[in-house]
Amino acid sequence: MDYCPHTPDDIKQMQAAIGVAGVDELFADIPQKFRLKQIPDIPSAMSELETVSVMSELARKNKLPQLTLTGAGAYHHFIPAVVGHIVGRAEFYTAYTPYQAEISQGILQAIYEYQTMIAHLTGTEIANASMYDGASAMIEAAVLCAKMSGKTKIIVARSVHPEYRQVLQTYCWANGYSVVELAYMPSGQIDLNALQNELDDQVAAVLVQSPNFFGVIEDIAPVADDVHKKGALLVAGFTDSTSLGILKPAGAAGADFVAGEGQSFGNPLNYGGPYLGIFAAREKFMRRIPGRLVGATEDKKGRRGFVLTLQTREQHIRREKATSNICSNEALCALAAGVYLAALGKNLRKLAELNIYKTQYLKNKLLQLAGWQEVFTAPVYNEIVLRCPDSKKLNEKLKNEGIIGGYELQKDYPELENSLLLCATEMISKTGIDRVVDIIK
Amino acid sequence: MELIFEISKPGRSAADISKSDVPVFNIEDAISKKYLRNDLDLPEVAEIDLIRHYTNLSRRNFGVDLGFYPLGSCTMKYNPKVNENVAMLPGFTGLHPYADAEFSQGNLQLMYEMQKYLCGIFGMAEFTLQPAAGAHGELTGMMMIKKYFEKKGRKRRVILIPDAAHGTNPASAALCGFDTVELRSNSEGGVDIEHLQSLMTEDVAALMLTNPNTLGLFERNIEKVAQIIHDKGGLLYGDGANANAFMGKTRPGDLGFDVIQLNLHKTFSTPHGGGGPGSGPVGVGKALIDFLPIPRILKTGDKYSWSEKFPDTIGRVRSFYGNFNVIVKAYAYIRSLGAEGLTHATEMAVLNANYIKEKLKPYYDLSYDRGCMHECVFSGKRQVAENGVHTTDIAKKLIDYGYHPPTIYFPLIVPEAIMIEPTETESKETLDIFCEAMISIAREAKENPDGVKNAPLTTPVTRLDEVLAARKPDVCWKKP
Repeated sequence: MDYCPHTPDDIKQMQAAIGVAGVDELFADIPQKFRLKQIPDIPSAMSELETVSVMSELARKNKLPQLTLTGAGAYHHFIPAVVGHIVGRAEFYTAYTPYQAEISQGILQAIYEYQTMIAHLTGTEIANASMYDGASAMIEAAVLCAKMSGKTKIIVARSVHPEYRQVLQTYCWANGYSVVELAYMPSGQIDLNALQNELDDQVAAVLVQSPNFFGVIEDIAPVADDVHKKGALLVAGFTDSTSLGILKPAGAAGADFVAGEGQSFGNPLNYGGPYLGIFAAREKFMRRIPGRLVGATEDKKGRRGFVLTLQTREQHIRREKATSNICSNEALCALAAGVYLAALGKNLRKLAELNIYKTQYLKNKLLQLAGWQEVFTAPVYNEIVLRCPDSKKLNEKLKNEGIIGGYELQKDYPELENSLLLCATEMISKTGIDRVVDIIK
Repeated sequence: MELIFEISKPGRSAADISKSDVPVFNIEDAISKKYLRNDLDLPEVAEIDLIRHYTNLSRRNFGVDLGFYPLGSCTMKYNPKVNENVAMLPGFTGLHPYADAEFSQGNLQLMYEMQKYLCGIFGMAEFTLQPAAGAHGELTGMMMIKKYFEKKGRKRRVILIPDAAHGTNPASAALCGFDTVELRSNSEGGVDIEHLQSLMTEDVAALMLTNPNTLGLFERNIEKVAQIIHDKGGLLYGDGANANAFMGKTRPGDLGFDVIQLNLHKTFSTPHGGGGPGSGPVGVGKALIDFLPIPRILKTGDKYSWSEKFPDTIGRVRSFYGNFNVIVKAYAYIRSLGAEGLTHATEMAVLNANYIKEKLKPYYDLSYDRGCMHECVFSGKRQVAENGVHTTDIAKKLIDYGYHPPTIYFPLIVPEAIMIEPTETESKETLDIFCEAMISIAREAKENPDGVKNAPLTTPVTRLDEVLAARKPDVCWKKP
């Protein structure tokens, strides 16, 4: 395929206008010794038909599962048809960042609406226009806390997603911050005593996740109290954003920042990306938070309009003094989330309830099998940890039936042997669950 | 236009939820009431109103598919539709990232081959596809540089950054705990070699260089620059945002760059999406391979798998593997263009930019009169001097002519900067008509400046009060 419209005649005329005999002259500034003859290691060009053929072949090398019991940070939810139709509109997806507000009112207003819905869902006052994913959103909140306070100690619950904790370690190493991991209790919730022991006046931020990696719902309010008593800030994360449809948001329980993964709002699994970093905060942090912000204002005729605002926080203005380096974000994924939320409306709660019913049914059926036990005691949303006789063998068996089993916790939590993190969303039918149980039997 | 909240009516809904096929129960029996929320203030609209709302919003938005979008530094080239289609194949969209390797061989192969192709195009030894955007890639590169010196038992605190650099460069260095020092440009628009020599010490970890730079100019002294850095044991970081200027002509790896980041949403034609998602792969020379983020793809025979067994890795910069669906589109682009297509794209991009430069230079001050590459930078200072017409005004007037304006007020070293990057997917006629518009505006700025200063007049809203938006920020709608 070639998307250049230039005919040989065009090229001749343009060369003449510029005053060169051939395009090669335009590359005269590249020293001869560094000129490339041909790009190596790339297969030959293909027609559109061949491109489709090759890509379809590659896609076929994947195996789509019959059903999946894994959540662990990425969730199989139903995406209403409206979402794809809206984000597939070229006026949206072929546009760039709305720096020229007059011709970008569409995306600006859509993101303003998204910000509003997210602030409400998270129980905060402000939400930005997106970060890369749940991990980077949570971790940039932590880094911001450190930068604002000048303190260098970060506390993170072990029950936060293992990959999120890895990202935290990486960012903290880069900035010279220290990280302390907090144990969880037999209930599955964070160990408040351990938290109180670690909290001192050197702590910039405490990171918890709710529901946490074990699916367990944390009691945020007492955590927030302890954290604030020691002059630190609380960052509360989440990985399945549909939980916000039924659970009391961390913002309402005292969290300073609520940052997590928004993929569940209208974005496909997509093998891990692009996803959606949701970043929300208390109003007092408005002038420090990272990421783009859409604000409402007026034009010369007093009509309501929207612009990117408080850009003085951002890299293109503050440069090395910016609160983050983020430029391109996940705007189209945020648009998808906004459409999704507008479509579901109050039915988001019904969706969350359905997820809870499915998970409880899965749990009850599995607990009827010999040797299966609940590992934690605290309430869960749509994921649960169960111990079974042989988790490796079980997942192998399920795999051979084309089913993605549970997430094996042992590799991240060596103390949780034969324990599986299982997720049931609205996408799993009763028959599906029954079939899984039959296979395991 | 009304907000979605303003067209809501209690009792309406667009999406429905299936009835449960498993036993239902009182939620409070499973989850204590104290964990439950008792408010859910989301829009309540019928599907038709939802569709109309967003469709009408889209009609207030300008994308490449509507018209010429010469945003310098952003490479707003045409987004091929076949790439959109193949990226939607269920095989690519439907897999959970934690699916066993047996389920995801196609995805793994795609990413592995993508890394290989990028190595070939850019002359690097290995690539990571993990970063979600260019800035994220810059940060990843900074982290690998930091680890490199840490491994040598050295702590170098400084990153040198040219004054023409994109803001993400110093911001990324700072987010990695480095100090930044500004490097001057010379009268030719290249690096001031003497200044570089004086700044290069053994406390400098790296120079972050964009080549060609944000003026669209190729660094003529690149060999000398690389030598100065390397002689003192430093590393040369390349911001590859302008890769559209040199594909098939030269390679950063051959020019002496030790690490570079790319922007798939620029050079490799994936859509900008209204601000994202992008993808910022990072390529490294041999010296930095060990520090690449995990996990990395292993190929054993003809089977692919993920591995975290790399003890010197910087770790992770995000969850999962990268913006995979964006990578799918870029992969399809590379496969369909082939080596010859990528080279041709670069040639036409540079031809287009030089053509515009020649046509406009009698009317606007050219910041540096030498051959540009894929973008050219003008200054609006002549128009300011004549009648107080600023670059902002020129940009807004272009909107009335049906264009998205070029990048303005960047790079910072050019006063009243106008940065035009046409890309290769624009025809000669499009460029001719655009230049006519620019020339017309230059004339109007001379003869009827108010006509330019009052623009735009043809849009749903006129110039918006940004001062008000910053002074009294309203970033979240509140019910009146």
